[in-house]
Amino acid sequence: MEFAELIKTPRADNVVLHRPFYLAVEGTLCLTGHHLIFSSRRQDNAEELWLLHSNIDSIEKRFVGSLGTIIIKCKDLRIIQLDIPGMEECLNIASSIEALSTLDSVTLMYPFFYRPMFEIVEDGWRSFLPDQEFELLSSVTDEWRLSCINKEFSVCPSYPPVVIVPKSIDDEALRKVAMFRHGSRFPVLSYYHKKNGMVMMRSSQPLTGTNGRRCKEDEKLINATLRPGKRGYIIDTRSLSVAQQARAKGGGFEQEVHYPQWRRIHKCIERFNILQESLIKLVEACNDQSHNMDRWLSKLEASNWLTHIKEILTAACLAAQCIDREGASVLVHGTEGTDSTLQVTSLAQIILDPRCRTIRGFESLVVREWLQAGHPFQQRCAQSAYSNGKQKWEAPVFLLFLDCVWQILRQFPCSFEFNEQFLIMLFEHAYASQFGTFLGNNENERSKLKLPQKTMSLWSWVNRSEELRKFQNPLFEANSLVIWPSVAPQSLQLWEGVFLRWNRPSKFLDEAHEEMINIIKYNKELQAKVNALRRQLAEMETDDKM
Amino acid sequence: MEHIRMPKVENVRLLDRLSSRKAALGTLYLTATHVIFVENGSETRKETWVLHSQISSIEKQATTATGCPLLIRCKNFQVIQLVIPQERDCHDIYISLIRLARPVKYEELYCFSFNPKLDKEEREQGWKLIDLNEEYNRMGIPNNYWQISDVNRDYGVCDSYPTEVYVPKSATAHIIVGSSKFRSRRRFPALSYFCKDNNASICRSSQPLSGFSARCLEDEQMLQAIRKANPGGDFIYVVDTRPKLNAIANRAAGKGYENEDNYSNIKFQFIGIENIHVMRNSLQKMLEVCELKSPSMSDFLWGLENSGWLKHIKAIMDAGIFIAKAVAEEGVSVLVHCSDGWDRTAQVCSVASLLLDPYYRTVKGFMVLIEKDWVSFGHKFNHRYGNLDGDPKEISPVIDQFIECVWQLMEQLPCAFEFNERFLIHIQHHIYSCQFGNFLCNSQKERRELKIQERTYSLWAHLWKNRADYLNPLYRSDHSQTQGTLHPQMAPCNFLYKFWSGMYNRFEKGLHPRQSVTDYLMAVKEETQQLEEELGILQERLANLQKSQLDNDKDKSKQQDQSKQLGLFNSSNSLANTPQEYSSDLKSFPSRSPSQGDEEDSALILTQDNLKSSDPDLSANSDQESGVEDLSCRSPSGGGCLPSEDSGKDSDEAVFLAV
Repeated sequence: MEFAELIKTPRADNVVLHRPFYLAVEGTLCLTGHHLIFSSRRQDNAEELWLLHSNIDSIEKRFVGSLGTIIIKCKDLRIIQLDIPGMEECLNIASSIEALSTLDSVTLMYPFFYRPMFEIVEDGWRSFLPDQEFELLSSVTDEWRLSCINKEFSVCPSYPPVVIVPKSIDDEALRKVAMFRHGSRFPVLSYYHKKNGMVMMRSSQPLTGTNGRRCKEDEKLINATLRPGKRGYIIDTRSLSVAQQARAKGGGFEQEVHYPQWRRIHKCIERFNILQESLIKLVEACNDQSHNMDRWLSKLEASNWLTHIKEILTAACLAAQCIDREGASVLVHGTEGTDSTLQVTSLAQIILDPRCRTIRGFESLVVREWLQAGHPFQQRCAQSAYSNGKQKWEAPVFLLFLDCVWQILRQFPCSFEFNEQFLIMLFEHAYASQFGTFLGNNENERSKLKLPQKTMSLWSWVNRSEELRKFQNPLFEANSLVIWPSVAPQSLQLWEGVFLRWNRPSKFLDEAHEEMINIIKYNKELQAKVNALRRQLAEMETDDKM
Repeated sequence: MEHIRMPKVENVRLLDRLSSRKAALGTLYLTATHVIFVENGSETRKETWVLHSQISSIEKQATTATGCPLLIRCKNFQVIQLVIPQERDCHDIYISLIRLARPVKYEELYCFSFNPKLDKEEREQGWKLIDLNEEYNRMGIPNNYWQISDVNRDYGVCDSYPTEVYVPKSATAHIIVGSSKFRSRRRFPALSYFCKDNNASICRSSQPLSGFSARCLEDEQMLQAIRKANPGGDFIYVVDTRPKLNAIANRAAGKGYENEDNYSNIKFQFIGIENIHVMRNSLQKMLEVCELKSPSMSDFLWGLENSGWLKHIKAIMDAGIFIAKAVAEEGVSVLVHCSDGWDRTAQVCSVASLLLDPYYRTVKGFMVLIEKDWVSFGHKFNHRYGNLDGDPKEISPVIDQFIECVWQLMEQLPCAFEFNERFLIHIQHHIYSCQFGNFLCNSQKERRELKIQERTYSLWAHLWKNRADYLNPLYRSDHSQTQGTLHPQMAPCNFLYKFWSGMYNRFEKGLHPRQSVTDYLMAVKEETQQLEEELGILQERLANLQKSQLDNDKDKSKQQDQSKQLGLFNSSNSLANTPQEYSSDLKSFPSRSPSQGDEEDSALILTQDNLKSSDPDLSANSDQESGVEDLSCRSPSGGGCLPSEDSGKDSDEAVFLAV
């Protein structure tokens, strides 16, 4: 398909762009296959706005006489308005944007066309390989092995080709366990707690059904992770009643009789459309420009967004507490094991493992616990807060995770190597990107799409020093401790950096951030100067003596 | 002392509000000024001190099998839950505290016994730190339009006003006295702030006694004099900070508001800030939300909304913003009043001054501001904050709201204020503590009669001495945010008002960010200063060395010492190490669990939660070392929240300052 067919009016002049907190600007609008480009060529203030079509969540058009207005709502929550003279031009442009922002085929997406303008220092597709991860693990324990059972994605379509499992369980047993778990997602290692050797595993629900099916291999597998005489905890991210209902559909949960060494805890993390609706309501509240304080608070409350944050964080803290404080191993699952499960396992690692609070460590966490673990990004992030089509699969699962990380970052502002901008950047790229990283729903799809060969990895771009600089937290000091966040309502806040980003002027806050960087930069410069002088003096003094 | 029936009770338990299973066993002491709880055992012997004047309510709850619970709520938002083994002891303590918490004469207050070991001269110097005449001079007054008036020198015109009042030059004594007779409690229009740049001013008064039709020539002349004192302004705004309905209701009582027809060239404006009773109830409702045990997000947000607290804060801010805009942007003078002109008027005038003038955003300037708009103009501290036993309906968090407005502004404009959050919290604390004489009584007249300055100490001197603890590291006097009028986000600003957990959940340390950016940056800045000094020394030495190539061996050891000192960041972040209760399920496990042998163990681990470091909150311990560590493990100066003169025997209140 040629994009040109979709673009009947590639260019319109005298278009006026409106954005909150900026004066309206007049300029030229151009449409390309992947971008909407607005440029004002005023001498004093030449500026360009580039918007990926894939970033557009919804568009509305209005006409007053022959002046058309298009309101574009983006997945990154920004709203812009374009006034386009000429009815026909406006209609053409609107229909082009509509078509181009809802392309069916992944291979038509921008990452397949994007040619980087920067030098690639490190191929991000090869930055976080499972072998490296396993090597690290092997240096502290020999109880685990790397299994290639899923090499052709034949056992579990949503798992990566290699997974880490207990050494004592062979591939044959794994095959049987896979039959007993939803979507064949058998328990695999998620995290090894070096401090006490306890582990966190994740899987999908067991297929016990109504008649209480059991699977000896499954029991053996998860028991293999226990120390003699020790107990473990199963954290089911569903409420007990939801888990019980799942039995009617062939799912279920681990029966105590068959798993006597395990204690099951039910937490209640919402899924799919409930989360999506929550996001829609929250963003609606944030965009409400009325002056009524009561309405704002009740809308914030009614969105339930912070309730979800609290539930997810609480479950993650619980998992971390079981591991670190109780000295017990943990298995986490919900239904499919691709959403709430991953929120819990990844957040627990941020709490427990200082490495996950570094930039590279966090990237590695996103790769392991989200991309390789088979979180269906393409389905979940197809639409954002302005979607009207109620697609069943869309849900801001990853955004909720990032929000939770931000909450922890806010409570421990000196313990993270990255800053808020880093999290916002990941949110943006998960929804619309020039990079192939978040395309596809799992490793299987990514390999079929040949993403590593045909697209650029986000990590190739981020991990260059020019970019990294923007994402570094000036206050960072390695903190080797477990960090326990507070989940009390008083401690949780709306993530303004994302939800009010386009609705408030950020000048004062940006200046404060700038000031912070300067204070620390100046300190470091002085330190370097003093050290250099000391050395010079010491040398001169020894020379002197000689 | 005669009110203390029971000076000491043993085996009392202090409950942790966040976790009922964390209780400390210890001894309760009652002194003439404090309630003290000392934990048993453990090397630290953690102590909790509460000043009697901080107690806002004492509640004796139904006796249970474990003892008799006593709930003490404090005006600085600390809540203490004690369980006393014997009902009789509990009753005695309760009766004693009821009396001790409600002193009947000023002499019973702590400031009359508090002795920071300063000599007479130091005390006098302390009171001289803030001088309002100097402040009006700074504003450029007296000048061609404004003068000081001695019409009130013996409090003859208005007993709640200061002796020295600034009025328009053209307002004769006759006009002032005439106007004062037409105003509630004779609080005639007087100058609060003068804007040097454009001659616009903010004046304040009480409501006019206009009833339905009364008028007063002198009052009309007074307003005209105010307008004429600003040659550039064609009119003045008269801002009535009450809701219109309240103002109308006042007319029936012979009070009311200015009729635009009777006054020439005024623009009258209502700004609906609710009265002290609404505010008291609103705070009460919000504190109930803060006290909820493990509330859900909905409970919390719903309760916060229902309390209306943030709505009221916003109303005060909006009024302040309106006035600041009128003065700075329109160059128009403003007369502000409410009913008596000592609550809402004080809030609004001080918010407007703060927005207009960067000086009030400095440590010293903020003290001046409170002295100017609150202390000198007769804000009824004693009635509003219940220092002496009085009418509970007079109590209202008026200045608390102003302090919160400042905090909300600090959140929106992080570089604009020289001081930090701790400064605000300590001021709030001392408005209630009665440890210093500044906020005693209801007016300047009463304070003079009591000879406050000769018998007590000034808080301002105390804060000034410790100002290093109160600095905002992001403040730079040459930063754009510190220049001129502040323009906080005004249009869609609902979501910019936030719940202030640092104040209202001040003692629940577990709820706050575990690492303080402020303390961290202050430590960096302090290190930077040391580095600058060392750099100077090193450069000098280098120059000397290069010049003479002298042997400098002897200095070497000194340098090494210094380099050690500089390694000041160590991550001893004990607070990071304490989980909350994340699951109510978890604790019930052991009972459900089949024989695993170690169930008791695991239950214990969950309940202990690393007690020692986890809750400096309720403890506010007098063990100053550990208190400091909890506060700001990053600050090389130890956070220094503990004012130095409190380090001796009189260190009592220092512990509450452990913010």
